Amino acid sequence: MTIDFALDCGIALLVLAVAGWTIVARASFAAVVGFVSFGLLVTLAWVRLAAIDVALTEAAIGSGLTGALLLGAAARLRSNETAKQAEVPGAALRIASALLAATVAATLAAAVLLLPDPAPTLAPAAAANSGATGLGNPVTNVLIAFRAMDTMLEKVVLVLALVGVWSLAADRCWGGMPSPPRGADSGDATAFLAQLLTPLGIVVGIYILWEGADHPGGAFQGGTILAAMWLLVMMAGLAKAPAISRRSLRLVLIAGPAVFLVVGLAGLWFGAAFLAYPVDHAKAVILVIEFVMTLTIAVTLALLLAGPPDREASP
Amino acid sequence: MSATVFGLCGAVAAGLGLYGVITDAQLLRKILAFNMLGAGVFLFFGVVARRGAAAGFAGDPVPHALVITGMVVAFAATAMAVALLLRLFTASGAATFAADTTSADSDSTDT
Repeated sequence: MTIDFALDCGIALLVLAVAGWTIVARASFAAVVGFVSFGLLVTLAWVRLAAIDVALTEAAIGSGLTGALLLGAAARLRSNETAKQAEVPGAALRIASALLAATVAATLAAAVLLLPDPAPTLAPAAAANSGATGLGNPVTNVLIAFRAMDTMLEKVVLVLALVGVWSLAADRCWGGMPSPPRGADSGDATAFLAQLLTPLGIVVGIYILWEGADHPGGAFQGGTILAAMWLLVMMAGLAKAPAISRRSLRLVLIAGPAVFLVVGLAGLWFGAAFLAYPVDHAKAVILVIEFVMTLTIAVTLALLLAGPPDREASP
Repeated sequence: MSATVFGLCGAVAAGLGLYGVITDAQLLRKILAFNMLGAGVFLFFGVVARRGAAAGFAGDPVPHALVITGMVVAFAATAMAVALLLRLFTASGAATFAADTTSADSDSTDT
């Protein structure tokens, strides 16, 4: 107990130290590297909070994909940085915002300390209904069945975000190809890594999706790994990014929310309510939704990271 | 016990993120700090979930599912913000909110 507690305190202190360093670091590039380390340490915190599903998501999306996105942006903005570094706000504003931030942190801390005891929980309800879906992982149960509406709307948000990113393309590039971030010296080593790692990564991604039924994992984590593999292949120059006007690409992008909507409306038509799964075939329906959803997540996340199209469509 | 430690850690991380959002002049750093603020709030959810351990589960699965959904949405919003920032940079050469006198005349060249 005491060793566990010391370990938790150590992780918490490390998280805060890296967080503070990230905020005060002078160079943006260093700050992004700090943010990625922060994300990985927060992943440890999630493991210690017995939330393995969340830890996987934080490592893959919160730290990995977000880190890659911010690193790419920092590299493109680097030339701008030296000129703007002098622009720091005045002492009065900094003190006022420090006071505000301290107040918010203190309020949150007080809320943590004053949480009701015993804590309200929906775990018994989730356990009581787990037999209805045939899945063993309670988090997947909640995501895909008990609160399926949230997950469906989230798919819609992903598509909307991608539409927003694409709409920032210059007029002449509309319908063209995005160019994912690519190192200036991405040569044989990157190509070798992409050839070696991608088949393994695809297997791991599908495994995590499949295991998500009964163990930590699922569509989000598996989809993120698949997205990373596709990005790696594109960054190594082994495959080109697709033109955003391609019909097959757009069909994949809307497949996830569309399947969800069809199942939802079928539930309304044949069953009790919107998104009510057929009782005898719940697991089969859930598997279909998860597979299609994983494909959509993988493609959407990769294209969100690749950014708006900046090359004209090839004739 | 350890849940409380991470709860306090999340509270301070949220405060640090908020400070960064307000005081950092560069927009990229604001986006980064906003993600840190979000990570702190997500940890708060984790504490609530851990305290709700019952029925043989190590934590309440409902907050866990909400956090997973939230992380994906946060990434989508971050991607959108970064795309806007890079567009602003190519259009005006600026990566801050500060008034920039050169932005007006270089605006029309890129469209």
